[in-house]
Order: sequence, then structure tokens, then C-alpha cells
Amino acid sequence: MFKVENIRKDFPILSRQVNGKPLVYFDNAATSQTPQQVIDVIVDYYSNYNANIHRGVHALSQEATDLYEQARYKIQAHFNAKHAHEIIYTSGTTHGINLVANGFSALLKKGDEIIVSALEHHSNIVPWQMLCERTGASLKVIPMNQNGELEIKLFETLLNQNTKLVFVNHISNALGTINPIEHIIKKAHEVGAAVLVDGAQSSPHIKPDVQALDVDFYVVSAHKMCGPTGVGVLYGKEEWLNKLPPYQGGGEMIAEVTFEKTTYAALPHKFEAGTPNICGGIAFGTAIDYMNAVGFDAIASYEHELLEYATEKLLEIEGLKIYGTSERKTSVISFNLEGIHPYDVGTILDKLGVAVRTGHHCAQPIMDYFKIPGTVRASFAFYNTKAEIDVLVEGVKKAKMMLS
Amino acid sequence: MTIEDIQNEIIDEFSMFEDWEERYQYMIDLGKDLPLIDDQYKTDDNIIKGCQSKVWVHAEMDTDKVVFTADSDAIITKGIIAILIRVFSSQHPKDIIEANTDFIDKIGLKEHLSPTRANGLVSMVKQLKMYAIAYQTQL
Repeated sequence: MFKVENIRKDFPILSRQVNGKPLVYFDNAATSQTPQQVIDVIVDYYSNYNANIHRGVHALSQEATDLYEQARYKIQAHFNAKHAHEIIYTSGTTHGINLVANGFSALLKKGDEIIVSALEHHSNIVPWQMLCERTGASLKVIPMNQNGELEIKLFETLLNQNTKLVFVNHISNALGTINPIEHIIKKAHEVGAAVLVDGAQSSPHIKPDVQALDVDFYVVSAHKMCGPTGVGVLYGKEEWLNKLPPYQGGGEMIAEVTFEKTTYAALPHKFEAGTPNICGGIAFGTAIDYMNAVGFDAIASYEHELLEYATEKLLEIEGLKIYGTSERKTSVISFNLEGIHPYDVGTILDKLGVAVRTGHHCAQPIMDYFKIPGTVRASFAFYNTKAEIDVLVEGVKKAKMMLS
Repeated sequence: MTIEDIQNEIIDEFSMFEDWEERYQYMIDLGKDLPLIDDQYKTDDNIIKGCQSKVWVHAEMDTDKVVFTADSDAIITKGIIAILIRVFSSQHPKDIIEANTDFIDKIGLKEHLSPTRANGLVSMVKQLKMYAIAYQTQL
């Protein structure tokens, strides 16, 4: 049974104060908070298991390796990957995207086309621009409409035999729009293009089934899912991961090294050069266990309730405009007060203990589309409450009063 | 008045405010009131990019003093600019170069001049000093 008051007890940070006020943490789309269960695993790791993995014959190394690889199985099960070796540990979503972009630089040639969406985070734009510069491929963009939704009919007109890759986020970080990735994947596959889905914003809210989606690559970050920073995974279909060359050279990723030739290790180690974030990987597994224990259905329905409540309350404020008004969106509200800079609103809210994000959210093309310098973004997690939303709403009213 | 005198004057003024709200309201009012820069100087060349709010700075020499004008698209940032201009403008380049900004801490606005704050103010102070260094060489 989902009880938010019990869940909140798992998150020690939620009881701290900021500027003399109880913390209201609404910057969950940037990073989620960490439950005690995950914190305990991190402490336990450094207290009892800390060792380098895979190469050691000693007990500590073996125990650390077991825990790290068990976590990989947990992550595989969570995303329903066919094989554990299709789960590549990364330092996070950005790393995963760069790994794939780099790999494709060996596969693309002049005249090939890459499609990205207008709703992308900079981390899902810049690597592809760099890839295009390296290979001579060209970049095309799926436009969006006033609701912050992708123009899917126009997407279909961009597809052709030259399309090699399509990159789209599952959910927009700036607006919260849920993109119709099932349809995008199906259409892209019809012309033989691979699809990478950025799941950084979706993985905290829904449980994607990578096999059912038939997606080629799916990237996530642990720190958006109640896990630690500096770790994430790239899911890739085995056939694609075998086609891509290694990203970084180093220890761990080799089978045999001589000065004449190096042969690379099998998946997943081919893409995991160097000592990884061992503790982070283990803690990511625990975070996934934690979220599954809460239950993704319960999370989704409760967060939807928070979204509807906050949307209604915020819209009662005269001059407040919400950006991203799709019917299909997660618990993210991007807004501005008429004639007031988002930075000013965020500053006043911070003084009231309310943590929101302000700015362009690393999605400048979206801000350019709406012709605004940025927005105030409040993003809710399953441990937030309606009472906290009331604090936000009162804070926005106060900011409006002070700044108008 | 010397830079230090002005800073002490500002510290005195802020000591009368009882809480953050009064301090911020004062800054917001400063930001609203002052026409800080001539529109012809609000060019891309004069822009200092913070990640979030933009800051424009223009400098010119008036005999042996540097006169600064500046602006921002965010009003709280603009309020702090007004305070910085009051301190640094119409001063001798040497004094500007040597001055510090510790008074910002004393008036409870430290977080706005933190290097991690993406508002362009830290770069603005650097820019003021760069102008002062440039003009110093011309004297």
C-alpha cells in the first residue's frame, strides 16, 4: 500500500532545512534523492567490500565482483534485456550517448542521415553534431508544436533509405512530454535505422521493457532513479553492441594485448575500460530494488495526482504560463510568470526553502522555440506531497508580488 | 568617496533590514528604478554570459576615473549590479583593481557572487577589473 508519509521516512534529506525553512525538493528531474537503503549499501560497500573487481584472486575482490555483477542482473531484469551482457555500465546517460555516437562514427558515411527531436537535451544534440562533423552525415530535426509535442507526421517524412539513426528522448526533461517512442521505433526500423532512446527522464517514472519496445539502445542514469551520481547504463541490442567498436581503450576491455595487436574482450567488458564505479553500480541495483518495492504503477499514479493538483493550483495564479501542455506528460511543470525572469522567481523560491530549477534546462532549442530565456521547472517525485505543492504555490505568489 | 567608504555605507544601509525579504525587496527596487545602461551599449560585444541571466557592461574613461554602466535581464541580478556600479564606478582604475567584494558577504548576498551561481555576476566583477587594468595602462 502506497503511503507517502512512510516513504518520506526513507529519505533523510527530506527532513533538513534550507534557509531556515523545511526543504521542499522539486528538482527531481535534475537528480532524485537517495533513500537510506541505498545510502546503507554505499556505506556497507566501503566498510566491508571495497576492492578492485574482476582481476583479484582474493576474497574481497571476489565479493565486490559478485555484488557488482549481481547488480547488472538486477538492472537487466528491470529493463527486461535479453542478456546481462547487453547492459553496459557507464558514468551516466551522457556517457552512454557518447559511447554510441562514437561507435557510429565508424559506421556512417557522407550522405547518411541522423534524426534527432526538437525536444532534446543538449547531451542528445551535441554528440550527434560532432558525429556529423566527423562523418559527413547530416542532422535532421523532428519539429515540435505549441504543446511541446513532436510532430510525428513530419517525422515520418524525414525518414528515408539514408536514415541510419534516430535519437529521441523518452520524456523531455524541460517539458515532461512523453514521446511516442513505440511508433518512432517502428517507423525507423521500417527504413532500417537504429534508434537510441534517452531514458534519463522516463526511468524514474515508468518501467521500460526494452524487448517489447524493440529499441536498439536505451540509456539511463542511476542518480535520477534514487541511486548515486556517476553511474548509469547503456542497454544495447547484442547485435549492435557487437558491431560498434570500443569507445575507450584501457584495462578490463581487452582479451589479449601485444604491441602488434590487441583483441578486445567480449561484451559487456569491451565497453567497460578501466576501474568502474563499483560501489555506484551496486548501489544502482539497490535503488532499482527500492523503486520496484514501492512499485512503478503506484509511483505513476501518485505522481500524476501531484501533477494535476499542481497544474490546477499554479494556473490559478494570474499571468502564469505553463510550457509543455501535452496530454501525455510526467510530473514536470515548466512555467513562467508574465514579464518576470525565471532566475528571479527561482531565487525567491530558494529563500523559501523550495528547490526548483531555472534556466534553459540544457534544452536551448526548446526555449528558442517559445522565445523565452528559460523557465522555472518544478519536477515532482513519489516522495513529494500536496502540502509541499501548496508551499510552492504560495512561494510563486510571493515572488510575483515582490517582483512585479 | 573611496570604494571602502561606499562599501561601508552600503553595509550600514543593509544592517537596517530585518530579514531577507526586506533585503531582496530593496535590491528589486534598485533593479527596477535605475536605467543602468544606454541601449546602444546593450550589444553582444558587451554581454557577459551567465548560464541563466544575461549581464551587459560598458565602460568609459572620464578624465582619470572609470565610469561603468551595466544591465541585466533578471531584476535581482540587476539590483546587485546597481550596488556594484555604485561601488566601482567613477573610481580611479588602481583603486578598482585593488578593491575586493567582501562587503557582498556582509550584506547577506554572498550566494549571488558565488562562482557556481550561473548569473554572470562573478564574470561581471572580473570584467570591471579588466576594464580598470586596461585603462590603467593608458594613464
